[in-house]
Amino acid sequence: MHPVRKQRLILVSLVVVLSSAATGLVAFALRDNINLFYPPADVVAGKAPTDRSIRLGGMVVEGSIERSDTDLDTTFWVTDYEASVPVRYSGILPDLFAEGEGVVAEGTLDESGMLVATQVLAKHDENYMPPEVAAALEGKTASQGQPFLP
Amino acid sequence: MWTFIHKLGSPPWFFRFSGTLVRWLLPITVTLLLVGAIWGLLVAPPDFRQGNSYRIIYIHVPAAVVALAGYYLMAFAGAVSLIWRIKMADVTMRASAPVGAILTAIALVTGAIWGKPTWGTWWIWDARITSMLILLFLYLGVVALFEAYENKTAAARACAVLSLVGMVNIPIIYKSVDWWYSLHQPASIKFSGESAIDSSMLYPLLLMIVAFYCLFTVTLLLNMRAELVWTHRESGWLKQLIGDS
Repeated sequence: MHPVRKQRLILVSLVVVLSSAATGLVAFALRDNINLFYPPADVVAGKAPTDRSIRLGGMVVEGSIERSDTDLDTTFWVTDYEASVPVRYSGILPDLFAEGEGVVAEGTLDESGMLVATQVLAKHDENYMPPEVAAALEGKTASQGQPFLP
Repeated sequence: MWTFIHKLGSPPWFFRFSGTLVRWLLPITVTLLLVGAIWGLLVAPPDFRQGNSYRIIYIHVPAAVVALAGYYLMAFAGAVSLIWRIKMADVTMRASAPVGAILTAIALVTGAIWGKPTWGTWWIWDARITSMLILLFLYLGVVALFEAYENKTAAARACAVLSLVGMVNIPIIYKSVDWWYSLHQPASIKFSGESAIDSSMLYPLLLMIVAFYCLFTVTLLLNMRAELVWTHRESGWLKQLIGDS
């Protein structure tokens, strides 16, 4: 290769490597802000701020959904299989909201450690299958699917 | 091999070669898109949780995949342009930016349309979606930067640097759902191991991805040919070629 071109090649590689390194460092420094939500374990451990709105993400605990008879109030527990946090929400829940499914709730923590949510979003997992396959899997194993949180 | 690459750098040769390629690839692309769309929208079974709304995957995922791959092509062409100063590399880089921008926009819009009924929101600032928005701005930035220069050689050099610097965004988009907590689900198609999507839904999806790659190639070639016609409008070889056909 011509020496001038070789030099340019080195320069181009340097631009890519250095800009990647810079972005990597920024992303690493801001990792707490890039994470969309806190897992319940962090909230229970007191790592999540209590003075402002946060997002909590995890699985809705089976059998924990309690709906009010008179209004739209709903309470449920969110877990990451290490710890669980109760959530209270008043409003319309997304279609895919269900027990044992992923959820991201935004709101503030009250003194008792309950998240008073202003928004509840369903987190869909990566599993796609036809209804027959899902029914067949349901018959074989009671709890199919991977754990939601690492 | 080397002669082929050298020939690619010659506008008259490329113009003739791409003309033949488009003539073959265009009907193939249309067929693949039609078969993939009919298979995905009508033949593939509904999802056990989402019903029919999941079918937007047949547009969303192919558009996003090709938007990412297209950026690598643009950055690679930028590197070639910087190192070897080949005019055709400038043309490739310049022509891939608007195509990539449109594909990124399609991925963002279809994602929002799917997100509203599924998640309950059109938009959320999660790592995957935000980095995808940055990709759109990078593509649009290349288009805008190129137009901002009077001197097109300088324009190509500036655009090449921008594309190379922005390249770090592609692995970030790809791995964002694994590195950070996000609302967007992790990848359903896995390169190793069993995919998390049933094969009856996976095959039409893979076909649509191939179709979108072909669509990108055809659009890119047509875009480049248009650019060549404009920049060589006074050249003898072009007049001769048009006179022949």
